[in-house]
Amino acid sequence: MPETIQLQVARYSPERDTAPSFQSFEVPCPNDWTVLDGLNHIKDKLDGSLAYRWSCRMGICGSCGMMVNGEPKLTCGTFLSAYVPGPVRVEPLVNFPVVRDLVVEVSDFMRKLRSVKPWLIRDDADAAATEEYRQTPAQLDAYRQYSMCINCLLCYAACPVYGLDPLFAGPAAIALAQRYNLDSRDQGAAQRMTVLSSHEAIWGCTFVGECTEVCPKHVDPAGAIQRYKLAAASEWFKHFLMPWGKSEGK
Amino acid sequence: MDHTVHDVLLVGGGGAGLRAAIAVAETNPRLRVAVVSKVYPMRSHTVSAEGGAAAVINPADSLDEHAYDTISGGDWLCDQDAVEAFVQEAPREMIQLEHWGCPWSREPDGHVAVRAFGGMKKMRTWFAADKTGFHMLHALFQTTLKYDPIQRYDEWFVTRLLEDEGRVCGVVAIEMMSGRIRAILAKAVILCTGGCGRVFPFTTNASIKSGDGMALAYRAGAPLKDMEFVQYHPTGLPFTGILITEAARSEGGYMLNKDGYRYLQDYNLGTPQPKPVLRSMELGPRDRLSQAFVKEQEKGRTIPTPYGDVVHLDLRHLGVQLINARLPFVRELCLKYQNIDPVNEMIPVRPVVHYMMGGVHTDLDGATPMAGLYAAGEVACVSINGANRLGSNSLPELLVFGARAGRAAAGFASRQPEPPGAALAQFRDERRRIEERILGATGGSERVATLRDQMQEAMERGAGIYRTGESLAQAASALRALQQRSERIRLDDQSRTFNTELTTALELGFMLDVAECIVHCALQRTESRGAHQRTDFPKRDDARFLSHSLAKRGADGTPQVSYAPVTITRWPPGERVYGQPAEASQKAGG
Repeated sequence: MPETIQLQVARYSPERDTAPSFQSFEVPCPNDWTVLDGLNHIKDKLDGSLAYRWSCRMGICGSCGMMVNGEPKLTCGTFLSAYVPGPVRVEPLVNFPVVRDLVVEVSDFMRKLRSVKPWLIRDDADAAATEEYRQTPAQLDAYRQYSMCINCLLCYAACPVYGLDPLFAGPAAIALAQRYNLDSRDQGAAQRMTVLSSHEAIWGCTFVGECTEVCPKHVDPAGAIQRYKLAAASEWFKHFLMPWGKSEGK
Repeated sequence: MDHTVHDVLLVGGGGAGLRAAIAVAETNPRLRVAVVSKVYPMRSHTVSAEGGAAAVINPADSLDEHAYDTISGGDWLCDQDAVEAFVQEAPREMIQLEHWGCPWSREPDGHVAVRAFGGMKKMRTWFAADKTGFHMLHALFQTTLKYDPIQRYDEWFVTRLLEDEGRVCGVVAIEMMSGRIRAILAKAVILCTGGCGRVFPFTTNASIKSGDGMALAYRAGAPLKDMEFVQYHPTGLPFTGILITEAARSEGGYMLNKDGYRYLQDYNLGTPQPKPVLRSMELGPRDRLSQAFVKEQEKGRTIPTPYGDVVHLDLRHLGVQLINARLPFVRELCLKYQNIDPVNEMIPVRPVVHYMMGGVHTDLDGATPMAGLYAAGEVACVSINGANRLGSNSLPELLVFGARAGRAAAGFASRQPEPPGAALAQFRDERRRIEERILGATGGSERVATLRDQMQEAMERGAGIYRTGESLAQAASALRALQQRSERIRLDDQSRTFNTELTTALELGFMLDVAECIVHCALQRTESRGAHQRTDFPKRDDARFLSHSLAKRGADGTPQVSYAPVTITRWPPGERVYGQPAEASQKAGG
């Protein structure tokens, strides 16, 4: 094991720079250091001006997603030892505007998340909560995988469609819509369908599945998107069917 | 414009803050409610809670038993009226969260499942596998999105409270994205910023846990309560400090020393059985288990590693199926961060700073002694946790008291006039302090990280699991010196956009204040109780110290400590008994 490894870190300050550049740092490389440990070493010892997000350092808060040698990764779970002898190139997540250094602007995702109504929708919403809704383990399993999304946005960085068409709701938002659609307690699938099928871009997803590949929590957004397309297609088809017993269209 | 105005402002967007925001919106939909948070709310540290949330749901359980477990677990420093309100309202809050979509683990018949937890005599801990906090936080956050009145200030860093004649009326905050410093005025402010584990070097806490709300309240003149009570969780991974949930023990894991011996049997925690026994052995309370580790270490029966001594947590006998079903995150964390598989290897663990029992002094409605200022969650001290919190009480606490604080603040704000513009003078002072004395300071040479490391080292050496008057006095003087040196910090980064060196410098300031409160309260409590163990005063002393410490900021900037009585309703102070005889002592409590 070498004692150090070189990190090539993307730097950009809107107050100073017109374009991003790379700056190289030598950081220690013990077996148990992650890329995030390397960045923290830089900030604490070498250059306090390096900007990046991090918090839990245990792969659950979703803050520290960056491009590591061109792949979207949670830096807290990506070990430097995997990149020996280096160098390791660290860049902000692609497909997002860069605020500064390794920090990207994510408000587009926040808006899209809200647009898919990611909350439990009930017809009896005003009923007092005196006892729990029943849900069997099998019913829980039907959506559990989609509930594991930590909003780290690696899937948006991996998504070729989002890169080209910013109107696309994107993998995580669609997976979270599906999380509620498949929840036996929820009655809002039709509302969410209306929202999602108004986004033309969903048809642009060609099921290459990069989003599912990069997900650190083994969520399958690509699968969610395909299910949506099937459901949306059959909804569309139903427009042309005459309901039984009606003499006029709706 | 330099400022915006709200009716109720939440500082912190974790479980307590989001629950409080919903409570405000539901109490009075006309109120302008906003959440200001230094991170996007779903990044908040609630996300890291693993094991579960306690609330009585089974017919075989009772509110009194939950109350008794909590009070004895807290070594009788809990306010019993607060505990009674807490256990009574916890089930309703948990069901409410179920109705908001939280994916609780289930029994085959569709009812919510419960598991055992440390110090609890009945199975009453609800769980969502071992990512309970994650699921609770995301369910709460996603639910807040449907409330139009709830506005958010995401990635705004609060630097001080604004007040006018003793009434809190807003905050000063930095918008990280632009670096602009703004005033946010409000009729009521609720602090929900969580704990301060980062004042210690080895902690389960996320990097954002720097005691911001505690320091904001303390600087504004509100007292901090019971700050000497710092919880060490007995099972953290060495080096990272990542938490291995207590659920690993409630599902049947063993704690073993270097000889493969279940050493807890030597510390008055019961006799080992193959299956877990409630309130016994590995299911004893956290303070006692962490203290047992130090005793084992002194006997030379722990295992040395490059990151300090460890013992083993052994899950191998549980089998791959149970581990995957009930403890998937434990397995993931061990594989990813320790490179071991708990299915066939033992997990190295050591005690790690986890939780602050103490915090901003509040009443049962989250109200502090300052008008317009409320607090809920780990930042607050009601107190239901006393001298030692039981595992799985903190998640229901943030729901119960988040909701209470939200309702109370909504009521208060509905009766108040607009916040006074006079406070804007303080805003201009604060902006000048940040711009000129921190951001633009050129005279000094101190680095934030150096001072932070030295503070953490002083805290671990002086105010760890076992403390003495001497160790605490040394820590106190080290902290004073660090306070002075922190006036001479020089930042590498003088720019405005997303300046995280500036925020770490401000966080260091918060942490130094909070650390001083911990040390001074610990120094003056010359007894041992719960998580506060003085080797020079090894006995509990109810005659002198059945009381809460209250630390207020003195004129010279150091904490001044006074005491307030503990509220006892139905459970007079008794001996804490774990292992088999616990039945008998509980009957006495009623």
